[in-house]
This record gives sequence, C-alpha cells and structure tokens, in this order.
Amino acid sequence: MSGTTGEIINVTIKVWRQDGPNSEGRFETHPQAITTDASFLEMLDLLNEHLNDQGHEPIAFESDCREGICGTCGVMINGRAHGPQKATATCQLHMREFADGDEIVIEPFRAAGFPIIRDLAVDRSPLDRIIESGGYITVNTGAASDANLTPVPKEASDQAFDAAACIGCGACIAACPNSAGQLFTSAKIGHLNLLPQGQAERWKRTESMVETMEEFFGSCTNHGECSEACPKEISLDFIAFMNRDYLKAKVKNRALTGQK
Amino acid sequence: MYQRITGENPYQTPMRIYPATHYTMGGLWVDYNLMTNVEGLYAIGEANFSDHGANRLGASALMQGLADGYFVLPYTIGDGLAGQLGNDPVPTSDPVFTQAVAGINDTNRRWLATNGTKSVDHYHRELGRIVWDNIGMARNKAGLQQAVTDIPALKEEYHKNVRVLGSADTLNQSLEKAGRVADFFELAELMARDALQREESCGGHFRDEYQTAEGEAQRDDENFAHVAAWEWNGEGTDPTRHQEELTFDNVALSQRSYK
Repeated sequence: MSGTTGEIINVTIKVWRQDGPNSEGRFETHPQAITTDASFLEMLDLLNEHLNDQGHEPIAFESDCREGICGTCGVMINGRAHGPQKATATCQLHMREFADGDEIVIEPFRAAGFPIIRDLAVDRSPLDRIIESGGYITVNTGAASDANLTPVPKEASDQAFDAAACIGCGACIAACPNSAGQLFTSAKIGHLNLLPQGQAERWKRTESMVETMEEFFGSCTNHGECSEACPKEISLDFIAFMNRDYLKAKVKNRALTGQK
Repeated sequence: MYQRITGENPYQTPMRIYPATHYTMGGLWVDYNLMTNVEGLYAIGEANFSDHGANRLGASALMQGLADGYFVLPYTIGDGLAGQLGNDPVPTSDPVFTQAVAGINDTNRRWLATNGTKSVDHYHRELGRIVWDNIGMARNKAGLQQAVTDIPALKEEYHKNVRVLGSADTLNQSLEKAGRVADFFELAELMARDALQREESCGGHFRDEYQTAEGEAQRDDENFAHVAAWEWNGEGTDPTRHQEELTFDNVALSQRSYK
C-alpha cells in the first residue's frame, strides 16, 4: 500500500440489531461504499449517518480513543472478535483489509456475562467487578517517596508490563467457546503479582479476583482462542501463573501476613 | 501502531508526520485547593487549569493527574468534606436534584422533538471545519472574528435543524452526542474569543500578526503575562474574562527559540 488515497470499495454490511436487553434481535443488511483508507469504525459512522438521514435509528456501538488503547470498542466481525487482522482492536482495523464486493457480518460480543444493551453495545461491567475485587495496590498518598525506593527486577518489570498491556476489551471472553474470563483476569493479576509493590495483597487479591470472575464467566479449558483474539497478544502463560497463585493462595497461612 | 493506521511500513516508507492542534490548554478554574467556583466540586488533572502552561507537552496529562491526585488532593479535600461531617446524604427528593432531573428531561425532549434534516455528526463536522480553518495552530484577527460570527450562527441552525431519532428511554448514542456537540459549540466560541483577545503569540497560540523576523512566536509580556479564566454568565450572555497574573521571581522571561 503506497499511502496515497485509497480506492472506493462496495461492501454489504450485515449487522445485528437489537432494541434492548430483552428484545428479539435480527440481522439487517445495508450496502455501503467506502474508501479503503477509512477505519472500520469510520465506515460504521458513515453508515449511521446514512441511516439517520433516511429516518432510521443509527446502530449503537461503543468506541472512545480509536487508538487501540482504551478497550471500549469491540465487535465480532465475520465471526471473529475484533475482526480478521491479528493483534488489532476494532478501531485500528481499516477497510483496506476488505475487498470490493465483500459481505461483512457484524455482531456484538456474545457471552452470557456480557448482556446486550442495544445493537452492538454490550454490558461489560463484570470486568469492573473483577477489578474492584482486587485489581489494585493499596498505598498511602500524600508524601512523595523516592522513585527508586523499591528495586524491581528487570525480568519482573518486563513480564508485568506485558500483562499490563491488557486493555480490558473483553475479546478474550467473546472468543472463548466457554465464555471464560481467565485471560483478562490473569493479565490483571499478573501485572500486580509480579511486582514487589503487589506482594502485600497478593494472596487476597488472587483469591478474590478469581472467585469474582467465576461468578460471571465460564471455565477455562485451555482452548487458547482468547490469546488468538487478543488485540494485545496477552500470553496464556499468565493463566498458568494465575492458577498457580490461586492454589498457593488457598494453602498459604495468610493469617500471619494480614491477608485475610 | 503507525503501520496499522496508515497501512505503510515505516521501515520501508518514510513516516508521514504532521503537527496537530491541541486547541485548549487546561480546563476549569480552581483555587489552590483544587476546588472549582462551585462549592464542594473539585477538579483534578487536566480537567483543571492550574498546572497548564501556554503549550502542551507530551505526558502532561499523566503528570498532572499524578501530582494533583497523589500530592495535593489528599491534603485539601478533607477540608472540603469536614463541613459535611454528620450530615445525612442529600436525598434524591431534594428540590435541587429534582430540578436537575427535570431540566435534563426537558433538554432530551427538545432534542428529540426538533426533528430537523441533518445529523449531529453533520454539525459536529461543520463546527470542526470552522475551528480547523480559523482557530488552528496559526490564527489571525480576521479569521478569529469570522469564527466568533460563524459559530453562533451554526449553533442556532444546529438547535433548529438537527435530527435526533429514537427515544430517551433506551441507550441512545445520538442523543448523548447531541448534548456533547452542544457543549462543543460553547467551547469553540470561547476558544475563539480568548484567542482574539490575546494579542500576542505564546505556546500553542500563534497569531500570524505577532511573530519575529524569523517566524518565531512573539510574546507580549508587558500586557499578557497572565492566565485568562472565563466566567460563564448564562445562555445568551457574553462570558467575563478574569486575569490571574503570572509572576516570576527567579527567572527572567526571555524569547524562546525552537531552533
């Protein structure tokens, strides 16, 4: 691709419409001409404007930063979470990945833990419940401590950074045949449990986050679809790390360390 | 990231880099405790104006968020909360609350009843065009005056001719956007007024009329070494400009060169 103006392609959009959480859904089909320079969400913006002009309600879908860092966007495109391009969030997918005449099927993330709000927008607040149950460290604010007070081993820092790359979009859960939340939860646990700052609450955090996850999502059977769909390519290794820590948390004598 | 957006491999094709406008520097006026002029409402991070200079440096959002949240607010918010100790939470039957709800419901109804011919996105884009053309990185008196005239005119058309479909009882993103774009009109007009008033070039504000022979920003410290904070006086009334002087005890102000 030479970076000049893109060509115009004609695609057919087959999109899931659903008026509310308890309404019956249906597919709608709309033709759309679009430049290959446009992003996937810009294509949806344009389609929505056409719908609005014709007196039809626009398609509800979520997005915010459109730079692949906030985790707000995410739909199933041709059956794949975030679409055909690997390691790419929906907002970073561009129409140059599609060809003239393509039919593009767009559906919401489908999981029992993610009820549909409307059209392509789903309720991903269970992810917030998991974070609230332990995805933080408790520190005193107010005084500025020295930046190098806590040495962090390079390997731990690198690994924690890889885990922290998770943007919490929920594609892992949408891609999983069991709708399991292990990749998301393990990335959030791994990020903190690998760092010295995360040790004080390590066992309490692990137990609490894993058990909150199990309230909402299915069980992991190591399919690996999650990591495949992940726009940040979070590794399955973190799931193994989380499982080990969960087991340890269950057998630790935590009374001595104040981690109930 | 670059390759995903542009479709070009920067190892093979030189990266296309262009400057981007930032438009506003800082946000709500706050006092030294980070409280806004609304009693009990605190604004921290880049939502307030306190640490922002005339330009925006990379990562300043993180810096200010951390500084305000970690070092300032923990010491100051207690003072704001102390007066409320022992008070019961304000019930939703409070007249202020019910008035606010009624106001929002009214606004929503108005958007849905307008039933014009153009989408919210259309007006957002038109507003963006005025701002891009006249309040961009380089601006001048004529352009800014144009913007001060054009923005309210477009705003009036927006309120008369926007088409927002659906209802207020379900998730309605057009309705959400309609309110947000209405706010953008106010902000854009304020930006134009502020840029018009500041007859110098400084940081992200470059007035064509005020530049050195080499094309660098020409500040006027005599008249403009201050922060301008604008006070909202209600719909249809011009805002009031307040000045907070910038005083420098240990450094002398001098011309900056990016060369």
